[in-house]
Amino acid sequence: MSYQGIASLFPKKEISGFVVLAVLLILVLPLTLDIFRLNLIGKYLTYAFVAIGLVLCWGYGGILSLGQGVFFGLGGYLMAMFLKLEASDPITTKIQSTPGIPDFMDWNQITELPFFWKPFYSLPFTIAAIIILPSIIAYIVGAAMFKRRVGGVYFAIITQAVAAILTILIIGQQGYTGGVNGMTDLRTLLGWDIRTDHAKYILYYFCVFMLFMCLFAAQFVRKSKFGRLLVAMRDKEDRVRFSGYDVSNFKIFVFCLGAVFASIGGAMFTLQVGFMSPTLVGIVPSIEMVIFCAVGGRMSIIGAVYGALLVNWAKSSLSESFPELWLFALGGLFIGVVMAFPNGIAGLYSTYAAPKIDQWIANLKSPKKNLIESKKADETEKPFAKSANKTETTIPSLTQGVLHE
Amino acid sequence: MKTLFFNGTIPESASAKKHSLAKSLSWKTCLLTLAASFAFSAAHAADSVNTTGLAVTDKTVKVGILHSATGTMAISETGSIQAEKLAIEQINAMGGVLGRKIEFIQEDGASDWPTFAEKSKKLLVNDKVAAVFGCWTSASRKAVLPVFEQYNGMLYYPTFYEGLEQSPNVIYTGQEATQQILAGIDWVTSAKGAKTFYLLGSDYIWPRTSNKIARKHIEMKGLKVVGEEYYPLGHTQFNSVINKIKLTKPDVIFASVVGGSNVAFYKQLKAAGIDMTKEKPLLLTISVTEDEVLGIGGENMQGAFASMKYFQSLTNDNNKKFVEAFKARWGKDVVIGDVTQAAYLGAWLWKAAVEKAGSFDIDKVRAASPGIELKTAPEGYVKVHPNHHLWSKTRIGHARPDGQYDVIFETKDLIEPNPFPKGYQ
Amino acid sequence: MFAEYSTSDLLSIFAMQGVAGLILFSVFVLMALGLAIIFGQMGVINMAHGEFMILGAYVTYLTSHVFSTYLPSLFSFYFILAMILAFIAAGALGALVEWAIIRHLYNRPLDTLLATWGLSLILQQTYRSIFGAREVGVTLPDWLMGSVHLSETIELPINGLFVMLLALGISTAVGILMYRSRWGIQVRAVVQNRPMAGAVGINTAKVDRITFALGCGIAGVAGSAFTMIGSTGPTSGQLYIVDTFLVVVFGGATSLLGTIASAFSISQAQSTMEFFMSGSMAKVLTLLFVVLILMLRPQGLFTLKVRR
Repeated sequence: MSYQGIASLFPKKEISGFVVLAVLLILVLPLTLDIFRLNLIGKYLTYAFVAIGLVLCWGYGGILSLGQGVFFGLGGYLMAMFLKLEASDPITTKIQSTPGIPDFMDWNQITELPFFWKPFYSLPFTIAAIIILPSIIAYIVGAAMFKRRVGGVYFAIITQAVAAILTILIIGQQGYTGGVNGMTDLRTLLGWDIRTDHAKYILYYFCVFMLFMCLFAAQFVRKSKFGRLLVAMRDKEDRVRFSGYDVSNFKIFVFCLGAVFASIGGAMFTLQVGFMSPTLVGIVPSIEMVIFCAVGGRMSIIGAVYGALLVNWAKSSLSESFPELWLFALGGLFIGVVMAFPNGIAGLYSTYAAPKIDQWIANLKSPKKNLIESKKADETEKPFAKSANKTETTIPSLTQGVLHE
Repeated sequence: MKTLFFNGTIPESASAKKHSLAKSLSWKTCLLTLAASFAFSAAHAADSVNTTGLAVTDKTVKVGILHSATGTMAISETGSIQAEKLAIEQINAMGGVLGRKIEFIQEDGASDWPTFAEKSKKLLVNDKVAAVFGCWTSASRKAVLPVFEQYNGMLYYPTFYEGLEQSPNVIYTGQEATQQILAGIDWVTSAKGAKTFYLLGSDYIWPRTSNKIARKHIEMKGLKVVGEEYYPLGHTQFNSVINKIKLTKPDVIFASVVGGSNVAFYKQLKAAGIDMTKEKPLLLTISVTEDEVLGIGGENMQGAFASMKYFQSLTNDNNKKFVEAFKARWGKDVVIGDVTQAAYLGAWLWKAAVEKAGSFDIDKVRAASPGIELKTAPEGYVKVHPNHHLWSKTRIGHARPDGQYDVIFETKDLIEPNPFPKGYQ
Repeated sequence: MFAEYSTSDLLSIFAMQGVAGLILFSVFVLMALGLAIIFGQMGVINMAHGEFMILGAYVTYLTSHVFSTYLPSLFSFYFILAMILAFIAAGALGALVEWAIIRHLYNRPLDTLLATWGLSLILQQTYRSIFGAREVGVTLPDWLMGSVHLSETIELPINGLFVMLLALGISTAVGILMYRSRWGIQVRAVVQNRPMAGAVGINTAKVDRITFALGCGIAGVAGSAFTMIGSTGPTSGQLYIVDTFLVVVFGGATSLLGTIASAFSISQAQSTMEFFMSGSMAKVLTLLFVVLILMLRPQGLFTLKVRR
């Protein structure tokens, strides 16, 4: 990509957001937190992958999926299958009646590795599967729904049912999946122990790296013609359709993209936490993932990262000191974020904090003109924030339960 | 960074403390306090009872309690939390362990397995607790197990469970599956002449493994299993399986349904005209303790049999004292189930092991654990087996309408724990 | 699949499963009716529906407690009163919630979903703080226990019968309200064209509040009835939510008749399959089946034809 291409991808106003986030994640947090807390941050960041995908699907595309846990879980389980096979070599599992297969299979009288497990001895296959399988499933669900112009509420409920189906299936087929217990005791990745502190640091940085890759991909989508079409489609689907665009293909694409992000997040989760379980697949986690996105701001990919960090950090610290209050706080957050500040942290930032910061920077640059400039900044910034609210973040129209208009 | 201020012998503890303090203190005071606290704990690092830097001072020792106070499992785990707190208070009233008062740090697993793993790591790495009492479901135990093994902690796990596990870092104070099941089936065949069985459970590892063991044992006796059925956790419609039971007419319904499903199952069983007091078929459960009967309603449970190691109605002196103390502490309406009693044993077994070892060091406590006896256990007498499970008796309870069980049978001897039963796998 | 059963066995299997299916059907209808009104007529996704049901269950529990302590002689009739109280309590809370939250979100249906999910979390924790984390047992009066003996293998549980009658009664009442009363006309007018309904003088805000309260009230009654067959705990409500939404969507959200038809087909499919395979697989297949049909026919079984 040419320099101009990059420059247009990161307009001056937005690049600072990426830089601040990068400094925070790469320098500030690792230097101030011990490895235990940093590992937790790494875990929270895996949810940020899902939240970024949701910003694209929901904030830009207007399609709310309540089944992102499915894709998060798929990524996590696929990664866990690879790690589990590596952890179940015949020597460490010699106590089993059939050594060499995962322990939960042995408990369920399975004596041979099922055929669909065998390819997971290969890391390249696993990585490919983490990307491809969720895309395929998202494509099937998306194509079936969007081609028939199902959207809004109906889509949300059906994705929710898909999450319920996958959870029951994973729990019911415990011989192949580990059931309620999930896949635990994952130890090494190609012989490299992922449980040491050293490995945790490396995995954290890898996770941050992948997160930025996804952020850049999302930014590319946002800034492309496609991103603008998404917004247009969300606000007036019929007009886009009548302009000759195939609306459903755009929706399918963005849904698949969100699914892949979630799946990568799931794989990162498994690597950092060391196990995968069905509690991360079902309806409850899927809806919680939506709130990360809503708190961060449904129109802001950077906001999504902060949303995931903030909500999870609050969950950990609140539930440490006041376990009873946690649900009240989370419930209040859901209601508050919807009613009081629908644009989340990003919205608050762009309406209140950003103008002040700009003014402050302007003052630093040219203290002479500061009076006039600051007034101007006030005038130019506030209308911008307002117009941003109008063009990009109008909530009412984006969510109308579109069935067949 | 970590070793900047200290000699670097225990960077983990330093960094861990750093964080917990950083919450409330400013950076500067934090450093000062840190240095001070390090000097303080360094003095104790050489202490003979604690050579590995656990949270032990001259007056106190810290332990962890890790259960779900919120979420779907809070229903079951509340009793265990109460029992563990009671045991700790009683031990403190008797002068503590090696002259040190026990202080507990309670963490909420929130019925979520990743949270359990996270919190167990916090307890071991940040808080440096000398032992953890906790976990309830197998899934939560499986989630924390790698953490306990990696950081060498000690977990006292109270629930009756499926076996197939023996970790050097866990003491299993509940029964493993064969202890609970084999005696129950032996009793029902000899005392009631049962010939055919219907196995029914919730769909996860414990019921499936239990039923596998039960099926093997039944078939080895030359008897017959006429049906085996699993329903998703939280399922509330059991009319279909009740119809199947009516059609296959088994002598025994062997039930391992858990959680909210229990309530639905027993209510619908009664409504469908299967009166358990007539014992045609009779119902033998391995999952319904007094705790669960509270939700099901005693009148719906009347006549069922339960196979477990402990019932609140046991009449020995230990148990009378225990029940009295429990009610004095937590209110006269509480009930005590099998797991609650097993959770109560945990702290006492740990105390005995520490005192035998003369040290809080995990390795020494582990080495001292096999052979530890507890003559004051409410269930009677228990002993720790080298495989980290307990020798215990199995009893049969007969459900009364008031929600209690009458103990109508107990095995003569203690049953040896056998987590990897040959021939039953 | 059928080979191991004799013909007479098969007959009674189908008869028994038919009865089981009918009970399940009634349960689904009771669960879904309140939601069908709220979701179908108002377009609000009430994720706290299960918690409104549990509110009804707790009210029943409290009533039974009061009766057994103060009025043991009248204990056999408490259930009727409990259901009325459950309706009032859940309806009142519904009206309050509509006033405080829902009315601000009418044109943002996906946001009502998030807000009511938050509400459900708050309600769950409230129940837990008041009633404790454990499930409570509701003692039933004697006349509701037991069963009617029809043949060797077929028995009709009385509480099942009661649930069926209740489902029938409530659906009839709602049907009459919707299609024969002045209020029903207003509701349907608001559903079809809100600005126009307002223009002809219908107080749409009031209609909304009453509709929402009614939907929640029916949920409360359903919860009260479910104490006979299920568990009452702080989180029991969540067990029902997916099933309920699928029933409503499958039926075609705007049609009450559709809701009933979909409840019937889902319940019969599930209870028949449950007999021949494991409960888990039956559930998965039923859900999968519903999702597939919805993908092919997204508008559900029955739809209201509205020109938009």
